[in-house]
Amino acid sequence: MDSNQSDRRRFLKQASATVAVGAAGFVAGAQLPAKAQQAESQPAGTDEHVHRVPPRRGARYSLDHMTHYTPLQDYAGIITPAPLHFMQQHSSEYPEIDPKEHRLTIHGLVDRPLVFSMDDLKRLPSVSRIHFVECHGNSSPAIHASRDPKMGLPVQFIHGMASTSEWAGVPLSVLLNEAGLKKNGTWLVLEGADAGKFSHTLPVGKALDDCFVAYGQNGEPLRVEQGFPIRLLVPGWEGPFNVKYLRHIKVVDEPYNTWNESMNHSVSRPDLGGKARWYHFQWAAKSVITRPSAGMEMRKGYVQITGLAWSGAGKVSKVEVSTDGGKNWREARLDGPVVPKAHTRFNYDWEWNGQEAMIQSRCIDETGDVQPSMAELAEHWGYTMADWQKPEKPRAIHMNAIQPWKINRDGSISDAMFA
Amino acid sequence: MQCSLKLLIPALVLIAPVALAQTSARKFPNVGQPLSQAEIQSFDHMIGPEGKELPAGHGTAKEGAVIFANRCEVCHGKNGENGITHHLVAGSPGKPYRGPFYGVEKDGPSYFPYPTIAWDYINRAMPAPNPGSLKPDEVYSLVAFLYYRNGIINENDVMDQNSLPKVVMPNRNGFVPAKPVYPPEKKPSWW
Repeated sequence: MDSNQSDRRRFLKQASATVAVGAAGFVAGAQLPAKAQQAESQPAGTDEHVHRVPPRRGARYSLDHMTHYTPLQDYAGIITPAPLHFMQQHSSEYPEIDPKEHRLTIHGLVDRPLVFSMDDLKRLPSVSRIHFVECHGNSSPAIHASRDPKMGLPVQFIHGMASTSEWAGVPLSVLLNEAGLKKNGTWLVLEGADAGKFSHTLPVGKALDDCFVAYGQNGEPLRVEQGFPIRLLVPGWEGPFNVKYLRHIKVVDEPYNTWNESMNHSVSRPDLGGKARWYHFQWAAKSVITRPSAGMEMRKGYVQITGLAWSGAGKVSKVEVSTDGGKNWREARLDGPVVPKAHTRFNYDWEWNGQEAMIQSRCIDETGDVQPSMAELAEHWGYTMADWQKPEKPRAIHMNAIQPWKINRDGSISDAMFA
Repeated sequence: MQCSLKLLIPALVLIAPVALAQTSARKFPNVGQPLSQAEIQSFDHMIGPEGKELPAGHGTAKEGAVIFANRCEVCHGKNGENGITHHLVAGSPGKPYRGPFYGVEKDGPSYFPYPTIAWDYINRAMPAPNPGSLKPDEVYSLVAFLYYRNGIINENDVMDQNSLPKVVMPNRNGFVPAKPVYPPEKKPSWW
């Protein structure tokens, strides 16, 4: 009873700190809950692999959520520095995990239930792969109306829940082979060690294909906000599959549809008669111009248009840029390595003549998939463009719409998605 | 791994297309430790749609109301409504909400396809400051209370490991496809 009382006091304190700043579920720029604040300035656990928070990282905190947005406008090439990688934490604190004590178990429909220590995992054959990770809620139509300087420039807070890193770890196929999958073991349920026990279902077919248990990111151990000491990497699929702080893998014979996936990761659609899709699995072709973009200023004359393109289906094969609102499209240069299921940098030379202009990019991937416009997506899903701007906005997820930026005569740039 | 002919021939006879990805022998027998059934039971708390893993215990909405007021109301509001996070009620006692689910209605158990989901989540992840601290009777009681407030069950219905999985959820058929399949049906990428 005593511990209940003290929990209650602690939580009340935490709750009132958040409520004081704003009553909405998402409290943009709110004061951090006490525990999270501590985690920000004095990272939890082993601190040699955790660095101070860079000031340009856009952030949003609420009672049960912490979100960091990648400043896409600032970074060059295709690799997101680890401290700038986006983060979506489904609790208000990071778990404190001692890597010496952390264990990964595999049980359920297997011949040999097994437990692995961190040392075990690092002894096994490893892979390192460059892949994007993207939150299923990235680029949501609802966020275009947000204007909070703490979340960064529009390209950061609209599209910045996508980042690319070189991840290193053990293929899930190696681990599952050690445990020996039974024939009826067709799905995995994965559980993290965070307070919210973030859990997700993953089909065995994908697990054996290219998923791995990552312990490294861009040459260093995972950072605490990225799932230290281990997380799952599910290349090309929506973010929630990439379970952080991974500790249990249970092999089962049907999808478990845990709380997170049932509530947050399905979305009701008018074209489905109001029913919701269970899983979206893989991201489709997507791109965004990162510079110049809303909030920046233009000068007449030469400007390089640069941006990122990616696809969960494989490699980007082509990026096209339009500077006249989508009437004409010209091919951009793909720069640097073009890696499957990773950000690909594209560049396009342009002369701005000082007149009003609308710039946008579209990605075509190696399967021939072409990135759609927001209007096309709205039509497919049975919404009107206006539906997405209503206060009781549907929580659209899995958005890969073309992002138009409007360049005004005075050189200012604005978000033209709904303009 | 070395494969002698003696091993290979029976393997080829047994192999079926669905089992291609499945190998029986360990490649790295010195790495990782076997888990005993007792160890597995100590952490195997993820509950599937059929409720096979549910522990013994029971509870009613009336019992749940008291626990909710003590442990949950601080964040979720009185009776699970208008709290500072996750509004837990759609519909009302006797009147289940059947959709549409586009906004805040998705936050509570009325949206969930399976009756076990709320039990599993409350048991493993709630209450937020001290997750995993609720006993099975308390979890059954809280689920009974929430399902009663959402109009899914009656106030006197007892929730236990047999009755809970049989609860008919109002949005059970609100998902496409009826059950997730992998690989998914071939559809355009926007689908």
